[in-house]
Amino acid sequence: MLKKNKQIFYRFIPLTIFLILFMIGIAVNEPQRVLEQAWNICLDCIGIG
Amino acid sequence: METVRKLIQIFFTFLTNGYVLFPWTKNIYQGPFKLVCSPGLNCYSCPASITYCPLGSIQQLLLGIRFSFETGSYFFGSYVFGTIGIIGSLTGRLTCGWLCPFGLLQELLYKIPSWRKFRTAKPLKYIKYFMLVFFVIVFPLILTDQWGMGKPWFCKFVCPAGTLEAGFPMLALQPDLRATVGLLFYNKLFWMFLFLFWSVFSCRFFCKTTCPLGAFYGLFNKISFLQLHLNEENCTDCGACFQVCPMEIQFNKNVNSAECILCMRCMNEACKFDAISLKCAGLPLSQIASKKSIRNQTS
Repeated sequence: MLKKNKQIFYRFIPLTIFLILFMIGIAVNEPQRVLEQAWNICLDCIGIG
Repeated sequence: METVRKLIQIFFTFLTNGYVLFPWTKNIYQGPFKLVCSPGLNCYSCPASITYCPLGSIQQLLLGIRFSFETGSYFFGSYVFGTIGIIGSLTGRLTCGWLCPFGLLQELLYKIPSWRKFRTAKPLKYIKYFMLVFFVIVFPLILTDQWGMGKPWFCKFVCPAGTLEAGFPMLALQPDLRATVGLLFYNKLFWMFLFLFWSVFSCRFFCKTTCPLGAFYGLFNKISFLQLHLNEENCTDCGACFQVCPMEIQFNKNVNSAECILCMRCMNEACKFDAISLKCAGLPLSQIASKKSIRNQTS
């Protein structure tokens, strides 16, 4: 039982870390930057940039 | 189950590429949904795409990191890394098997009859980690021009999804762009044709060898909430799981390998001995369902 609980606990560690990263991104207004980038045609992606 | 997976793959392909007005606007979608991350490899310069590509965004944020820091904004990709990290932590590489449009295309190409099907040499599978570390992170970050701007190396030189989903349609929609086609485009064309051609002979060749997004999600396979579980007592080591696996994994020898895309064909199609089951946070999904029904009955 203890081993099982430990296994579940370990799974929360990466999830928490990335959740914090996600929140930091929102706090520094990164989604707005992502949106601005995604609204423009990426010439590099097409292969002509 | 395989039909359900195919239907989900098709549904997600159309969901993430749901902008049907592009033939009239002749431009990419520029609405608010572009804030939503496409979990699979789906170029955001595809005129039909309504979501952003995590790989493209990470590179764009990292290549302009100096400029961003100088202007007092601290964009280092935390929002994008956070998003795909959450997806990876919860489901591992399930996205590759169920939600990626480019994965679906490769699976369909593999259905084309050919004189021989090939397995992928193991060392080739490490290329994707090189792509993730260098082409997506290190090179855009450190190889800069005189203005301190890097290049999106993976998008610019390799990404076959970008050439297929964005390159061809945008060149067709905007004739002005055709004048700029040069060596760079032909290089990308070469890679795209190589990956698509070889997908006929080797299932998901790009996913196995080159996809940085798959490499990233694969890192979570051993620690993600959703996992396949091996019941060693039931396993007879018959190798049936290896025969059906599109990623060429023998499940009982390599449980939750970083290559596993959780398509669950081994569990549903191959194993006759109930040796493979699906677990969420270490609990069998059937057990979770029965606990729920017990809770419902008592309340």
